[in-house]
Amino acid sequence: MKKIKYSEITPEKIYRNRRSFIKSMGLGAGSIALTSIPFINDAKSEQKDKLTSYKDITTYNNYYEFGTSKSDPYKNSQNFKTDPWSISIEGEVENPINISMEEISEQFVSEERIQRLRCVEGWSMVIPWMGFSLNQLLSKVTLTSKAKFVEFESVYDPDQMKGQRYPVLQWPYKEGLRIDEAMHPLTTVVTGLYNKKLPNQNGAPLRIFLPWKYGFKSAKAIVKIKLVEKMPTSSWMRASPREYGFYSNVNPNVDHPRWSQATERVIGNDIFAPRVETLMFNGYGDEVANLYSGMDLKKYF
Amino acid sequence: MEKYFKPSVFFLSLIPFLIIIYKIFFNQLGPEPVKEITHHTGEWTLIFICLTLAMSPLKRLTNLGVWIKFRRMLGLFVFFYATIHLLTYVGIDYRFDWAPIFNDVVKKKYIFIGFSAWLLLIPLAITSSQKMMKLLKHNWKKLHKLVYVIAIFGSLHYIWLSKSIFFKPLIFMIIILVLLALRIKIKKRETNYG
Repeated sequence: MKKIKYSEITPEKIYRNRRSFIKSMGLGAGSIALTSIPFINDAKSEQKDKLTSYKDITTYNNYYEFGTSKSDPYKNSQNFKTDPWSISIEGEVENPINISMEEISEQFVSEERIQRLRCVEGWSMVIPWMGFSLNQLLSKVTLTSKAKFVEFESVYDPDQMKGQRYPVLQWPYKEGLRIDEAMHPLTTVVTGLYNKKLPNQNGAPLRIFLPWKYGFKSAKAIVKIKLVEKMPTSSWMRASPREYGFYSNVNPNVDHPRWSQATERVIGNDIFAPRVETLMFNGYGDEVANLYSGMDLKKYF
Repeated sequence: MEKYFKPSVFFLSLIPFLIIIYKIFFNQLGPEPVKEITHHTGEWTLIFICLTLAMSPLKRLTNLGVWIKFRRMLGLFVFFYATIHLLTYVGIDYRFDWAPIFNDVVKKKYIFIGFSAWLLLIPLAITSSQKMMKLLKHNWKKLHKLVYVIAIFGSLHYIWLSKSIFFKPLIFMIIILVLLALRIKIKKRETNYG
């Protein structure tokens, strides 16, 4: 499995400069020479591990609380209030807590974590998140022996979240993980991206991110983390149990019933860039495959 | 005045195509350019299906024969946009990589029904000329009723590819069903009065 090394990734600025350099070269030629058509040049520099631009990461989102079109979250979330904000950690714990965003930023150090995002719809990004492992946050509580699963609950606020006025999904948005998945160091509590505060459309003030699962597993704007004994039912499982399973690990061999998952389109690539092959566990098999050893991943999709 | 109608409709119908050409050359397609072209041409195919289906009800409602003059052209634009839509998927998205395309057509119902709709459009496009109309006589009308099936297939194609129950695909389905329902009524009236 291929891991992304930081050195392999073109920083956004250099990438941008390269783009505009190539563009200006073409425009300088005067006539509509082939080089002035941006996608022809870019096709050559296409690579899967290049950081997705800040603009694409923050304007191309699936966040149905703010609308179902990709551009809706950016448009409809700008006035969303994320302060004050606190998260309760409850359920099967000895000492339920309520922790504010201030306390979180004081007590945990967010580091840059460059991770791939693969959407169940068949597109992908490479995102430089800022965050820390969820297991650090969960270490604030003592789990009981019944804590087998974690349920994430996103905020419910239809006054501020237009999309929640429509029953596209059951609100509030819920997601879940097995406790060992939640404790895995790759499971990240995200507080920012590109070294900046997390934008509202990306799940501010706090979301989780699991790079080896389809994007919808990574709940946004979390207000509650509940430890539970039984496998929670996520919003997407409720909407269509045949299509969305509890695990939802990225798996090129198990299709969504209505479309293929074998390949993906890399966001930000130009029109002639080919699809790229989707990797098992989105390329994080070395780290996470052992969580699922012996499991039939077609059955537990 | 009337002689300008057809050229104007023709030019207007080309605008969605020109928009895509513009967006390609000026890099305006956004983060997922291939999907943008696919969705744009797919949506306009459905819009032209609705427009084509609207012509004969409009003729009856307004008592003006002029609408029917546009029907053939609008129908051919359905074929035009559907073909670009298909070519985008086959040529740009999958780069003529036939194995996954074949797999999709056979296994994925939304692709299957969309592809079927496009296949059904072919005989209609071929027999669209005045000559063919005369040649096929009453069979022409029968054959061209296929457009009802195509319309239903097209809107199902959109509904089935959506992740959840979305507004737009439903609207297309409703408009198409209304346009088809208008025909049932009109027919009854004709036979009653006839």
